[in-house]
Amino acid sequence: MGLDFSVVPPYLDIILIGALWTVALTVGAGLLSFFGGIFFALIALYTPAILRLPFRAFEWLFMGTPLLLQLFLIYFGLVQMGVDLPAFVAGLIGLGLHFAVYNSEIIQASILAVDKGQMEAARTLGFSRAQALRKVVVPQAVREVVPPIGNNMIALLKDSALVSVIGVGELTLSAQLAIGRTYRPFEFYLVAAILYYIVNLGMEAVLRRLERRIRLAR
Amino acid sequence: MDTELLLRVYPFFLEAAWVTILLSLYTTLLGLFCGSLGAACRLSRLRFLRTLGVAYVSFFRGTPAIIQLFLLYFGGPQVGIQLDAFEAGVIGLGVNIGAYMTETIRGAIISVDKGQAEAARTLGMSRIQSFRKVVLPQALRLMIRPLGVNINALIKGTALVATISVVELTYTAQRFIGSTYRPFEMFLLAGVLYMIIIYLTGRGIAWLDRRARIV
Repeated sequence: MGLDFSVVPPYLDIILIGALWTVALTVGAGLLSFFGGIFFALIALYTPAILRLPFRAFEWLFMGTPLLLQLFLIYFGLVQMGVDLPAFVAGLIGLGLHFAVYNSEIIQASILAVDKGQMEAARTLGFSRAQALRKVVVPQAVREVVPPIGNNMIALLKDSALVSVIGVGELTLSAQLAIGRTYRPFEFYLVAAILYYIVNLGMEAVLRRLERRIRLAR
Repeated sequence: MDTELLLRVYPFFLEAAWVTILLSLYTTLLGLFCGSLGAACRLSRLRFLRTLGVAYVSFFRGTPAIIQLFLLYFGGPQVGIQLDAFEAGVIGLGVNIGAYMTETIRGAIISVDKGQAEAARTLGMSRIQSFRKVVLPQALRLMIRPLGVNINALIKGTALVATISVVELTYTAQRFIGSTYRPFEMFLLAGVLYMIIIYLTGRGIAWLDRRARIV
């Protein structure tokens, strides 16, 4: 059939809008997974066994199974329970939860690595345990996790392509739409790949700046 | 939980698990091949090969695996590449994970102390000899664990080929979710099988790592 890139320009607007959705999804799920990760880490470290153990099982299940399978569970599971969420929200929750579990592992390690004296000093000054965590320990721990969590965010960007299978109209699905009309898979997937690559480069640049600022602040 | 239903569908899941295992195995082999080649390029003295290695890693790590897979499977026929879904799955995933393995293998090789290669050269070994007999054996030990991490990700990554209709675990789970409306049970069944595969692979890698360690 050969290649013919002249089919691309008429669909470029659809695809660029798809790319914007991909960025929105990545930022949204990224924030969700970051704060979710902190929340999960606190559950794993500071709650009684009755809460901690079921959480461990959940964590174990989410780390040991493919994201695609989890997306099917969340999407169809919610439908079955009668919760009719827009696909975008289901995708956001799926990606956010999946990466929150991975981020939680990193944040747990980082919280444990904060010097014990910090917590003790805060307690001596009259902070409650929760206050000491919130104002002294967690802020110090979070600073250390920027590089590894940054890597997770880049993985999240690429994995966001998976939510096209549950019908979220992001970049991959937009490319598929154009392919459905033109029967030109190679051209459009290549364009999508290039756009992902560009977003990826942008994200890496932002993360590098963030890392530098944190190093300077120290 | 509907146990009768689980008993009825689990044979299909076992068969699908076997497909996932085969996929993982072939993909690992292809990934190791591409990774070794990639690392050789990145460490080469020839600038052209180094650039090629960097381009390979950067493209395959910078774009989603699913797009690469679609490009190969759906776009391939346009440029004269006709593959069935399983072949496309193995090649697509293998070349993708090979880019990650390139960095793992390269990392292991350059973290072998420079003095080792220098000492070997001083003893009169050629560059190739010193690499083969001194540097590589040490690097191989260092790379087992990180390659294990790559392989763990790869096993979960094989779920992607469900999107091109290879009948493996995720595809089977999806199909039965559609026909039984029991998403949680089907997820659990497939999930447990994935975790068994990953657990056993992890044990195998830990065993290799133990065996390879000196003293």
